[in-house]
Amino acid sequence: MADFLDTGFGVALTIMAQGLMVIAFVMISLLFLVYGDRKIWAAVQMRRGPNVVGAFGLLQTVADALKYVVKEVVIPAGVDRPVFLLAPMISFVMAMIAWAVIPFSDRLVLADLNVAILYVFAISSLEVYGVIMGGWASNSKYAFLGSLRSAAQMVSYEVSIGLIIVGVILSTGSLNFGDIVAAQDGSFGLFNWYWLPHLPMVFLFFISALAETNRPPFDLPEAESELVAGYQVEYSSTPFLLFMAGEYIAIFLMCALMTLLFFGGWLSPIPGLPDGALWMVAKMGVFFFLFAMVKAIVPRYRYDQLMRLGWKVFLPMSLIWVVIVAFFAKFELFGGAYARWAVGG
Amino acid sequence: MSVADFAFYCFASVTVASGLFVVLARNPVHSVLWLILAFLSSAGLFVLLGAEFVAMLLVIVYVGAVAVLFLFVVMMLDVDFTEFKAKMAAYFPIAGLIGAVFLAQLVMVFGVWQSADGAAQMRGAPTPDPAARHNTAALGDLIYDDYIHLFQAAGLILLVAMIGAIVLTLRHRPNVKRQDVLAQMYRDPARAMELKDVKPGQGL
Repeated sequence: MADFLDTGFGVALTIMAQGLMVIAFVMISLLFLVYGDRKIWAAVQMRRGPNVVGAFGLLQTVADALKYVVKEVVIPAGVDRPVFLLAPMISFVMAMIAWAVIPFSDRLVLADLNVAILYVFAISSLEVYGVIMGGWASNSKYAFLGSLRSAAQMVSYEVSIGLIIVGVILSTGSLNFGDIVAAQDGSFGLFNWYWLPHLPMVFLFFISALAETNRPPFDLPEAESELVAGYQVEYSSTPFLLFMAGEYIAIFLMCALMTLLFFGGWLSPIPGLPDGALWMVAKMGVFFFLFAMVKAIVPRYRYDQLMRLGWKVFLPMSLIWVVIVAFFAKFELFGGAYARWAVGG
Repeated sequence: MSVADFAFYCFASVTVASGLFVVLARNPVHSVLWLILAFLSSAGLFVLLGAEFVAMLLVIVYVGAVAVLFLFVVMMLDVDFTEFKAKMAAYFPIAGLIGAVFLAQLVMVFGVWQSADGAAQMRGAPTPDPAARHNTAALGDLIYDDYIHLFQAAGLILLVAMIGAIVLTLRHRPNVKRQDVLAQMYRDPARAMELKDVKPGQGL
């Protein structure tokens, strides 16, 4: 068996099996995330939420997904057919392939890239194409306006996300997620994590992540009171399902990024307890809860406010923070809290 | 043929083919989409060369930002395709002539191409052993240690170009209503609203 796994075919088979495991994990958690999102939203608005299909409505998402898949794909007249069908696929695939480099523990990682964080950043910058192509190919005014909004919005907030990531990279001296998490290890449990030295950036990253994934309060590309449903107007059945799934997977990816960059990944918050993938999944769940609460509580931004926030508030703040972190790291101030590469890890 | 060879031929042929389709596509938006595919597959070629950092930057900068703006502009253009196609035949001879001259020049340059005696060595000199030093760190050594002044000068030139472009296009028009964000934020209901008691049938 071990001999077979060392052959080229065996290695390819192993990688495919590992990839399938990651996909299965993401898809299964997707089912419960959508359910959880709706339940939390309902609880805030004092409704019951999905409660009919399965126990406590747990299988509601499965039923919805099945319904989308078996429905007819309606392709409106006048659309650019290849681009129209390609757009949801891009949206879904791009959200999915970023998971290839996300580590769940120090040994559970599909591809341990040296430039893992840049890879995730590159892939998440490609996600905008699903939205733009979908909006343009639909040949509809609402869809087009939605896609133009999203193009500007996602490009703007990527800039500040990139600069926030630069701060973390400066502290770690590595682009590898394993190194970033290892640099947050220490004898004080959760007080060793990066959220403490990089505290302002945690909030900026969270808000930018909301904008980057088109989540409320920044869901202007699909603002239903202005644009019906933005770039998704003309989509039905499976293509719509792909857009929807891609959106949730991207949100879950942002939860994973928050966990890895600022909250110690798979490290245990209490010194003495064993580290492990369960901590990682639990932290991601907590951040998803925050995402869901924001959706339920915060009213939608106006478009000019959104742009102003991105370019005039977040960009200068994160840029100044990069300079400050570089200064702290260079001179190893605050006991080396900003220069973990010098301390170890 | 190893996996790397197979991947190389895949990426190379996709790059060339999508480059061709950039020119051949009738619809300019399709051209930009093909261009994005060409960028992506050349990023794949960089990965095969062992330059992951450059590959990721290519995707982030060109695909994630520059091509989005291209697409943004091209989608907004109102282009009449029938007019284009009508003129195509008229321009074809001169375009073909320019192409032929350019190709001939390239062939001539390639014919007299000579490498200096230790060129390969000189190119390899700044490249450290990939196992010892990762290429991101090696690139950092080059840009921020060895050639820091040149790199900063290049950055300054770009900054000057950007400021120049803004200065050239920025016009202050006096009669335009502008948004004062601070004033908007400091408004309160007491100053912004006035309640009027309207008598029935009278109006204001």
